[in-house]
Amino acid sequence: MTLRQLGPWIAGAALIALPFVHRDPYHLHILILILIWAFAYTSWSMMGRFGLVSLGHGGFMGVGAYVTALLWNHLGVSPWLGIPVAMAAAAVLAVIVAYPCFRFRITGHYFVLVTLALSGIVLQVITATRDYTGGSLGYTPDRTKGSQLLALQFDDKITWYMIALGVWALGLAIWRWVDGSMDRYALEAISEDEDAAAAAGVNVTWEKLKITVISALMTALAGALYCQYQMFISPDTVSGIAVSLQMVFAVIVGGLYVSLGPTVGAIITIMLAEVLRIGFGTKAVGWDNLVYGVLLVLFIIFLPKGILGSLAERLKARAGGATRGKSLKRGPAKI
Amino acid sequence: MMDIFDIYLLEAIVNGILLGGLLALLALGLNLIFGVIDVTWICYAELVMIGMYGMYYLVQVFGLPYYVAAPFTILLVAGLGALLHLLVIAPLLSAPPINQLLATGGVLFVLQSFASVAFGIDFRNLGIRMPVLKFADMHFSYSRLLAFGAALIGMLLVYFFMKRTYVGTAIRAISQDRQIMALMGVDTRRLYLITSALGGALAGLASCLLVLQYDIHPFVGLSFGPITFLICVLGGLGNFVGGFVAAFVFAVIISLGGLFSDLEWGYVLAFAFFIVMMFIKPAGLLARRS
Repeated sequence: MTLRQLGPWIAGAALIALPFVHRDPYHLHILILILIWAFAYTSWSMMGRFGLVSLGHGGFMGVGAYVTALLWNHLGVSPWLGIPVAMAAAAVLAVIVAYPCFRFRITGHYFVLVTLALSGIVLQVITATRDYTGGSLGYTPDRTKGSQLLALQFDDKITWYMIALGVWALGLAIWRWVDGSMDRYALEAISEDEDAAAAAGVNVTWEKLKITVISALMTALAGALYCQYQMFISPDTVSGIAVSLQMVFAVIVGGLYVSLGPTVGAIITIMLAEVLRIGFGTKAVGWDNLVYGVLLVLFIIFLPKGILGSLAERLKARAGGATRGKSLKRGPAKI
Repeated sequence: MMDIFDIYLLEAIVNGILLGGLLALLALGLNLIFGVIDVTWICYAELVMIGMYGMYYLVQVFGLPYYVAAPFTILLVAGLGALLHLLVIAPLLSAPPINQLLATGGVLFVLQSFASVAFGIDFRNLGIRMPVLKFADMHFSYSRLLAFGAALIGMLLVYFFMKRTYVGTAIRAISQDRQIMALMGVDTRRLYLITSALGGALAGLASCLLVLQYDIHPFVGLSFGPITFLICVLGGLGNFVGGFVAAFVFAVIISLGGLFSDLEWGYVLAFAFFIVMMFIKPAGLLARRS
């Protein structure tokens, strides 16, 4: 076994061992957030890497979080059942919006704007149904009086760390699975030239719909997990345009065409937000986001392939280029 | 009972048409930018938000009369539009379109958080209460009538600018063929800048009118931004007439939705309508494909 093959296993073992060595609750909290958001960003990149730029993922995440919480509070449905229902709801929403888009070739700017409107509308619905969802004041799932396991509510940070780690690894596994499948080639062909791909026998609508539903399912799961961990959700933190943009930015910052890109993006953006939040303190609400936004614009202008993407490209160029040609060779998505 | 219902229905429809003028103005600005520069300003509604704050400060803090403050606000937002183009879009003109789009998304973040930092997150309003017009048992506020009229005049001005002036002709030509115009000796950079300023000025005009109807807060852009994007897609991006028609259709739907339930449900109804329209008339959506 070479070092490259062993690497992921060593890293995985180190990540599992970490909370038993280092128990600082604040650090664990940040790590859990990073893992959950890294999973969400990975699910966005499933679509994004094929040029399907969706700004509707804030909507899917909101559905995942709110449906789970509402089922628990109003009907007493355990999240073990509620999360699959929420994921299914997000998938249905994805199909309703994406199918006509794909069927009638709504691509590029049009697709971005339609999905952008979707996340805006989900936010509006959550706000409008304030009698049930608490509106913009946010929503808290009821604390369980019975089994913690049944309610998927744990006080213990280590348990949550393990759950988040598992889901994050699942996300990477799905990424790799798509990366190695035939669908990847079909979707890459579609992102290059839809008409040519269709002429070559690719079922364009079906392929796009498949990856969209996978991506929506994963995003809803991320939303539900975030809700169960934080025990508080508000329309602004799990849905809406800001969350959608946050996903896109993190992936762009990390790197769109590498499996660990979204994770690197999550680490950078969450650490940055956290550092800015602590640095500016409570007196200056908004300063952190201001600096964050400026950095993002600078990133897109000067480093469009992301940190990991640019790094990998530079390494590849140094190694002579031919050794690892996998999915890094393409530039940013065409639209 | 039936009579009262009909009056309310009619009132909602008329109010919808009045709202349509404003939405058409917003859509026109976005369409203009897209048609000429081939860029979508995701942060368009946030420019309007900054303009609304401009109005608030000029009128409430500096005590200027409304009609004096309005031209300053329009100039301010026009300047912002030009600045946005110079700082963000111009360096990305040769980059993939998606990067331009996302960069304006970053500007959205910047503008929202700038507003929360500089102005705070409290709701503010101009404190101008316009009288209400009563006509055959129906109530229309003057602010809406004024907004409708001013929006129409603004759109007419843009129309004549595009049709009658040399620069307007050049802008229309460049939206038809981006490569050739440069070869014809047209300074595209200058035209892009003028178009951006014009788009900003339209956003500025919209903010002067919206400030009469909406409370001002850093996230106010979210309440009309998504609808504007839907209008532009339904009318066909870059298609001015399509955007104009779609704006009125959407406004009436929103207004009718608001009659039966909350205004938010009006937006949901408009979105559902949009999805249905995609099935019925996909060709109408793609009047101008990229």
